[in-house]
Amino acid sequence: MTAATAGAFHDGASRAAAPSDLPRLLPPVQGGKRPQDLAAHLARHGDLPYRDRIGTPASPGALIGVIEQSGLTGRGGAAFPVHRKLNAVLEAADRRRRTPVVIANGAESEPASDKDATLLWLAPHLVLDGLQLAAEALGADTAILVTHADRKHDVAGRVRQALQERLSLRLDRVPVQLAVAPARFLSGQETALVNHLGGGPSIPTFMPPRITERGLNGNPTLVQNVETLAHLALIARRGPRWFREVGTAAEPGSMLATIRRADGQPRISEVPLGQPLRYLLGDPQQTTPESAVLVGGYHGTWLPAAQAAGLTLDNRALERVGARVGAGIVISLPPDRCGLVETARVVRYLALESAGQCGPCLNGLPRIAAALVELATGRPRPQTVEDLQRWSGLVTGRGACHHPDGTARFVRSALVTFAAEADRHARGRCSAASTAPFLPIPAAAAQTEDDWT
Amino acid sequence: MSERLVVNPIDCKAHGACAELLPEMITLDEWGYPIVDPRPVPPSLERDARKAVNACPTLALRRLRTDDR
Amino acid sequence: MTLWYASRATGIVALLLLTAVMLLGILVTRQGRLLGLPRFAVSGLHRNLSLLATAFVALHVITAVTDGYVNIPLTSAVVPLTSSYERIWLSLGAISLDLTLALIVTSLLRRHMSRRAWRAVHLLAYLSWPVAWLHSFFSSGDLQHGILFVIALICAIAVVGAIVWRLASAARDVPRAERVGLIMTAVHDRTRRGPDREARHDRRDRTSTR
Repeated sequence: MTAATAGAFHDGASRAAAPSDLPRLLPPVQGGKRPQDLAAHLARHGDLPYRDRIGTPASPGALIGVIEQSGLTGRGGAAFPVHRKLNAVLEAADRRRRTPVVIANGAESEPASDKDATLLWLAPHLVLDGLQLAAEALGADTAILVTHADRKHDVAGRVRQALQERLSLRLDRVPVQLAVAPARFLSGQETALVNHLGGGPSIPTFMPPRITERGLNGNPTLVQNVETLAHLALIARRGPRWFREVGTAAEPGSMLATIRRADGQPRISEVPLGQPLRYLLGDPQQTTPESAVLVGGYHGTWLPAAQAAGLTLDNRALERVGARVGAGIVISLPPDRCGLVETARVVRYLALESAGQCGPCLNGLPRIAAALVELATGRPRPQTVEDLQRWSGLVTGRGACHHPDGTARFVRSALVTFAAEADRHARGRCSAASTAPFLPIPAAAAQTEDDWT
Repeated sequence: MSERLVVNPIDCKAHGACAELLPEMITLDEWGYPIVDPRPVPPSLERDARKAVNACPTLALRRLRTDDR
Repeated sequence: MTLWYASRATGIVALLLLTAVMLLGILVTRQGRLLGLPRFAVSGLHRNLSLLATAFVALHVITAVTDGYVNIPLTSAVVPLTSSYERIWLSLGAISLDLTLALIVTSLLRRHMSRRAWRAVHLLAYLSWPVAWLHSFFSSGDLQHGILFVIALICAIAVVGAIVWRLASAARDVPRAERVGLIMTAVHDRTRRGPDREARHDRRDRTSTR
C-alpha cells in the first residue's frame, strides 16, 4: 500500500492564537501527513485505559461519570450529550436484560465533510480505543465500525491494518467488525445505519422506539460518531478537566472542522469550540458585501460573510442567527459563483437522496428542487419564492428523519442570504462570473434498489 | 394524564380518514398527508381522537402519552 | 328441513357479503374512495361488513350442523375432510372459514403484532375468497342454475377484475430510486409550461405500499 495521504490534509490548529495543546486528535503537524501506527499512538497517548487496568473498579458507570463531567457532546452533527446516550443504552440494557451493541459511525455521508475519513486515516487507534472503552462501559459484546463506500482513499483498508496491529498486542477485548455504508446521503443517519447493518436498506426507520432502546437485532445500540469516540478515548486518559481546557464553558473541547475556501480544497483543522469564524473563512481582501458562507453543510445555513466573520464556532453564538455547528463544515463561496445556482444544485442532490418513504418529503423536496432550478437559471415568477417558502414549511418536521427539516433550513437561509441575487434573477440577470460547480456533489444518484443496500 | 397524537410518516399512505374524523386537530396538506396538531388532546375531543386512531387503515396515527419521548 | 334452507340462504348472503368485503379491501389498498362517501367509510365498511359476514357464516354453519336432513358434524366446519356429505366441497368451506378466522383475529389484535406478520396473514384473503366461492358453487346445486348462477358469476368477475385493477395500478408505481427523479422532471416540466394549474390538484405521488 502506498503512503497515500488523505484527501484532505490537516493544518493543525488554524491561524488563530491557539492553545499549544492542539491538535489533540490528529498527529502533530511536524509528523507530516503520515498515519500514526500503533507504536506512535501508544507513545503519544499512553496505554488504552481500561477501567480495571487503571486501578479503579471496573464499574460501568465510572467512565460515564467522567464523560458527563467533561461535557462531551456528539461530533456527528447533533451535539447530543454523550453521557446521556451512554446512560440511555445502559438503562435499557439493564431493564430489558439485553446485551448492548456499540457502533462507531464513520459513514460521513455528507459530501462536503471530510473530517471523519481524515481522522480514521491519520489516527484510527484513537477511534478504536474509544470504541473499546464505550463497549466496556456498556458491557457490549458487539462492536462495529462503519466507513463510507465511496471515498478517494481506502479508509477501510487503513482501519483493517490498524486492527491487525492491535490484534498482535491483544489490545481489543471486543472484536471489531468492519462494515461499509452505501454512498447515500442518509446512510450515516443512525436509524438508517442500524437498518442497513441489520440487512435492510440504508433508509431511516421511525422512532419510537429509539435505537438506544431497541436497535441492531433488537438490542440497545449506541451509535457514536468516530470523532466523538476519539475524544472519549483521550478523556479517559487525561480526565475531564483537561478536556475543558479548550473550548467554551457551555461547549467544551476541540472539534475537527472541514474548511473550504475559494480553491474548493477541503482542509481539516482541529479547532477549539468557540473559535472565531474569521480564522476559518476566505481571504477578507477577496470578500465583497455579497460574499456568503455556508456553515453546517448541506443541512446548514447560508450566512453573509460579513456576518459570519463576527461569529464564533459554537452553537450558542450560531443559534442566534439560525445556524448550528453541525459537523463543523465551513465553506466560503467564492465571489465569482452564484449562491442560488449552487443551492439549486445541492438541493437537487438532496431531493434525489430522499428515501421516498414519507409523503411530505417525497412530494416536497423534488418540488423545492425544481423551483430552485427555476430561481437559479430561469426567469422566476413571484409564485416561485412563495411556493418555496410554503413547501419548506410543509416538509419541516413531517418526515421520519431530519432530512426534510435540514433541507428546508438550507433553502430558507439561501432565500434570505441571496435575496438580492434573487431579485437580479427576476430581472433576467445573474452576478456570477462562473457557473462551474463549486460545492461537492457525488456524481452517481441512486439508480436501482441495490444502490440503497 | 393527557396524550398527544403523532403520525408515523413511513406508514402513512394518505388515506385521509383521520382528518375527516378529527378536523379540529388534523388537516391535510396539499398532497393529502396529515398535519397533526402537536398539542395534547383536549378531553372533549378524546373520543373523536380514539375513533381517528382506530380508523387509520395503516395504523399510522398513534396516541402518545405526553411523557413519552 | 327449514334449517337446511336457512343454511343455504345464509350461505348465499355470506358469499355476497364476503365478496363486498373483498372488493372493499382491495379498494383500501389503493386509497380508493367509494362514490361520494367519506374516506373513513371505505375501510370502516370493510371492517364492519367482515364482521357481519362472519356472523352470517356462523349462522350458515350452525344451521347446517343442527339440521337433521343431512348429518354434518360440527368439527367439519373447521376441520377439512371430516364430513361424509360432500366431503371435498365442505372441506373447502372449512379451509375458507379457518383462513377467515385467522384474518379476523389478527386484525382485532393488529396493534400487538408486527406490521409484516399482520400483512402476511391478511394476504391469505386472496386464497380464502376463491376457496369460499368454490365451496359455495359446488357444495349444492343452488348457484349452478338461474339467477343465482348469474350472481355467482358476477361475484367472481368482480373480484377477478378488482385484483387485475390492483395489480395494474401497482405496476404503475415507480420504484424508490426513480420516484424522486421522475417527480422532479414532471414538476420541472409543469413549471416550464407556466402557472396553468394550482398546486392543490397536483397528482399526489405515492410512497411505496411496502
